[in-house]
Amino acid sequence: MRCDLAVIGAGPAGLAAATRAAEAGLAVELFDEQPAPGGQIYRAIETVPAPRRALLGPDYAAGAALAAAFRASGAGYRPGALVWNVDSQLNVDFSQDGRSRQCRARAVVVATGAIERPTPLPGWTLPGVTTAGALQILLKAQGLVPAEGVVLAGSGPLLLLLAEQLTRAGAAPRAIVETVPRGRLSAAARHLPAALRAPGYLAKGLAMLRALKRAGVPFHRGAEALAIEGADHAEALSFTAGGRRQRIESRLIALHQGVVPNQQMTRLLRCEHRWSDGQRCFLPVVDDWFESSVEKVFVAGDGAGIGGAKSAALRGRLAALGALRRLGAGEDKRLAGEAAALRGALDKDGAVRPLLEALYAPSAQILAPADDTLICRCEEVTAGALRKAVALGCPGPNQAKSFLRCGMGPCQGRLCGLAVSEVIAAERGEPQQTIDYYRIRPPLKPLPLAELAAFDVGDDAGDEAGDDQDAA
Amino acid sequence: MALLARADVVVVGGGLHGCSAALHCALRGLSVVVVEKNTVARHASGVNAGGVRRLGRHPAEIPISVFSMKLWHRIAELVDDDCGFQPAPQIKVAETEAELAALSERAALVRGLGYEHEELLDQARLRELLPAVAEHCVGGLASMGDGYAVPYLTTFAFQRKARALGVRFFEETRAQELTRDGTVWRLSTDRGTVEAETLVNCGGAWANLVAARLGEPAPVEAIAPMMLVTARLPHFCDAVVGATGRPLSFKQMPNGTVVIGGGRRGVADPETDRTDLRFAELRLTARTAAEVFPVMAGATIVRGWAGIEGRMPDDIPVIGPSTTEERVFHAFGFSAHGFQLGPGVGSIMAELVATGATQAPIAPFSIGRFQGGGSLAAATAPVH
Ligand SMILES: Cc1cc2nc3c(=O)[nH]c(=O)nc-3n(C[C@H](O)[C@H](O)[C@H](O)COP(=O)(O)OP(=O)(O)OC[C@H]3O[C@@H](n4cnc5c(N)ncnc54)[C@H](O)[C@@H]3O)c2cc1C
Repeated sequence: MRCDLAVIGAGPAGLAAATRAAEAGLAVELFDEQPAPGGQIYRAIETVPAPRRALLGPDYAAGAALAAAFRASGAGYRPGALVWNVDSQLNVDFSQDGRSRQCRARAVVVATGAIERPTPLPGWTLPGVTTAGALQILLKAQGLVPAEGVVLAGSGPLLLLLAEQLTRAGAAPRAIVETVPRGRLSAAARHLPAALRAPGYLAKGLAMLRALKRAGVPFHRGAEALAIEGADHAEALSFTAGGRRQRIESRLIALHQGVVPNQQMTRLLRCEHRWSDGQRCFLPVVDDWFESSVEKVFVAGDGAGIGGAKSAALRGRLAALGALRRLGAGEDKRLAGEAAALRGALDKDGAVRPLLEALYAPSAQILAPADDTLICRCEEVTAGALRKAVALGCPGPNQAKSFLRCGMGPCQGRLCGLAVSEVIAAERGEPQQTIDYYRIRPPLKPLPLAELAAFDVGDDAGDEAGDDQDAA
Repeated sequence: MALLARADVVVVGGGLHGCSAALHCALRGLSVVVVEKNTVARHASGVNAGGVRRLGRHPAEIPISVFSMKLWHRIAELVDDDCGFQPAPQIKVAETEAELAALSERAALVRGLGYEHEELLDQARLRELLPAVAEHCVGGLASMGDGYAVPYLTTFAFQRKARALGVRFFEETRAQELTRDGTVWRLSTDRGTVEAETLVNCGGAWANLVAARLGEPAPVEAIAPMMLVTARLPHFCDAVVGATGRPLSFKQMPNGTVVIGGGRRGVADPETDRTDLRFAELRLTARTAAEVFPVMAGATIVRGWAGIEGRMPDDIPVIGPSTTEERVFHAFGFSAHGFQLGPGVGSIMAELVATGATQAPIAPFSIGRFQGGGSLAAATAPVH
């Protein structure tokens, strides 16, 4: 199986990239784990019933046009396809319907989006603790809302958006506990003039806050020292705010500290990454066509740095233009003209970001978790154990794997990677950039051994040789 | 160029062999500097399968493997850390009568050399040791006193102990040129020059850099043996298992995960220090594992990886003095089975450095076997 352009991820970036490239006549294959297009932001966009669509708001409904354009574009589409490896020859190994196959691509757009930042704090692994993103998925995909009042805790636009959506769905949260420190707003205010260039965002944000206030949702600001209480299940969230310790009972607590690029695939491809102080995470290095340091590998959408859904679609188109250019499938001058317009729009849409980044920077508590807080949940490694390994001489995340097995579980470090890099950097007093991140190895997600044994690689079958009797 | 360090001995390469040679030299009272172009244990020594195996060794390797095994069984006395070493049988499974016959010959050969560690297993005994092995397996060959260890922790423990004894490690420091000034070797690196009376070349897949500078190039090939590891499974296997007719190495760790290797190769790029897995090959590894242990059909692969290793054309390492220059010693090219040899070979290297000679039978490993036509065949003939 072959294609010109393999696009991985069917969120706004992937849909836009696939659509634009297919319209230009490239043979495109779009791979996505979900059963339908939309990604996280526009999940279930093609099938969502009208009332739920209304409840989720106009920003969500905007995804329908993207999905429709994609369907009409002639791009190949593989729903329910998990890409578990992309090698340096740009062979895309994927699993669909319980079978693994390979597609050889000439160029790749990685549009695997963002994941929620890990939020290690006391009790975060108890049953009954979830994330804002996970609750929103239930709402979008199945129209499910929590039966019991949920406590939303942390910071970031998604926290507020979810609160508003739940309120409109008649399941208002019991409380919002925001960890944005007092004084942050005035510090962030210097980004306000720039942010006003991005149309709509601020007005929407303020409207959201007003709606929550009208609905009477209790809003605790400047919360610190969060802890989830409970023996084998979450029972309450306690925190310090306004100078006193407070406690809110609930068996459902949703945490959130913003989103960060999902680096697994760009790391697997060994794209160069750089630490961003503004976004407090690693970003793949891309040029102005969103091509990474690895030739013919493009990164579009939030995977290239958090920019939101509108920017994601713009970046996706730009990446498609970059791929057309690389593959010699378009006239350079026309591509350049179209790209310039897209860059202008991106610049404008992105103007709100510095304000959001400054205002919603992750809380100090999760960046430096207490010693007894679990940091790698798969292998149950605490922050204290990690600090001890560093004191023994463990120089970085890859060695921490060997010391503690952290990052070696089924999630392949997706859930602990950033926290591990942060803790080691702080302990060693070195910049995150120097400490770096886990090396990511395939398969990106667990793969049944029997499926690997039946892996269909088309014409490039392995021979039966293999002859070091050893490496025993 | 600025002087980076001066010592009695400079070791090129911070793998297990470099760290072990450095440690043993320090134990003999020598001052030692190690230069490592990446980080200690970044390559083969940190990512290998951890097999600590005498079973099935090339006859020339048996004496040094047996010697090294003794050190493994009291590894904590040497490095103050157990290195995750677990004594366990190593078993090579025969899937056909013909394979069993070959194993039986092998057992006779090893006994003939005067060694007792390999024993032939009939089908009943094999079942007893490996209750989960497939029906069709007819017997095997075992070395009961072998085991496995945790590679990175092992190499790191050697480094730490060496450091405690005063060895200086320069990581992210690449050895480049080698010149001699009277009795002093001058090794230039990208961070300055190291001066030492003796140089030890433990450069793994990259060892030819030094060998070529000495005028004795060695045909080291960079290979990338591949590994797979599964999610945890209920306990079913206590031994480290290999197959006879096809590549396989297989063990279940104490936490239930299963580590599968066997030498199928990915793509190694020693220039960029990168490896690529070849899943077309790994699927054969997966097949073999499931055929030898049917319970594996239900396992889940969570990760694959490969490491860069130096392989010699005859699959045995280069160990011993340079044939062109005084006060240079080599230990490299362990051809995908050098982890077990680390403790022992380091001790032999230190003996060579300190006394100029060793009792260990290392003649078959001379780098001279690759220089000129005639010596090659002679030097690679197994010692009986
Ligand atoms: C996947 C895999 C599985 C294996 N399984 C087993 C097993 O089960 N049992 C077993 O016994 N063996 C096994 N082996 C083999 C074993 O790992 C190696 O034989 C052994 O680790 C070699 O050690 P070394 O120190 O020679 O090499 P390395 O660990 O490769 O160390 C050499 C070091 O030298 C450095 N270097 C090279 N050139 C320079 C320079 N110019 N300047 C500075 N530094 C330099 C390199 O960066 C490197 O770190 C396996 C190998 C692999 C890859």
